[in-house]
Amino acid sequence: MSVKLSTRQVGDVTVIDAVGRITLGEGASTFRDAIRDLAAKGDKKLLLNLSEVSYIDSSGIGELVSGFTTVTNHGGQLKLVGLTKRVKDLLQITKLYTIFDVYDTETSAVRSFA
Amino acid sequence: MPDQDSGEIRSVDAMLDSDLDSVDTAETETLKIAEQLGFEEEDLHKIGMAVRECMVNAVVHGNRYNARKKVHFQVLKGPDRMTIVIRDEGEGFELQSLPDPLAEENLLRQSGRGLLLIQAFMDDVRIERLEPRGTEVRMTKSLATAS
Repeated sequence: MSVKLSTRQVGDVTVIDAVGRITLGEGASTFRDAIRDLAAKGDKKLLLNLSEVSYIDSSGIGELVSGFTTVTNHGGQLKLVGLTKRVKDLLQITKLYTIFDVYDTETSAVRSFA
Repeated sequence: MPDQDSGEIRSVDAMLDSDLDSVDTAETETLKIAEQLGFEEEDLHKIGMAVRECMVNAVVHGNRYNARKKVHFQVLKGPDRMTIVIRDEGEGFELQSLPDPLAEENLLRQSGRGLLLIQAFMDDVRIERLEPRGTEVRMTKSLATAS
């Protein structure tokens, strides 16, 4: 199953709930398009919930980075919450933990945008 | 048939098309054998991911989806380890010419992390440029070092 994305508002933060796999092909392109649309729409505070993402490959990681850059270039912030151990490990191996703001809970993540 | 170099038994020897279905095929076949050997879930994940990354490199960067080019895929099984060999028919590359994905100036690059993950997840990874063309990646995971 490739990734399915849905969005909801928590105050002025747009939470993107991702479910499935972000891998080369459909999963990665779905993710890329969604982030670009939100950034273009002017959403500045984006929180990506990865708690239901079972698998990310290097292409998926590339899309996370690309999404981060896109949102930043639009003057916004993209933060992450709910990382599984495997996704945390990937961010550590790739040193992306130093780039992304990562939170354990949605409450603390939402509060951090204030 | 035992491999001449390692004494491992060749369990899979296939020529796969240069498409993304082959990535799934290679992962599935590898994981079947890894399970038989007794690798546990976390290592199955690592092995599967290393094979996916390697197959994507072969199909996308090596053979560039060229329908006339194949990916040679082998799985060798030993009593306490497995070796996966993936060989493409692309132009090949110099390992030293690849940008370091962990260098600060490269952290925000969209691509270039596949090999890093393969090396992180497998015990031994050997990459060889073939003549007249192609790249062979030979990667091994041992039960003894499994987590």
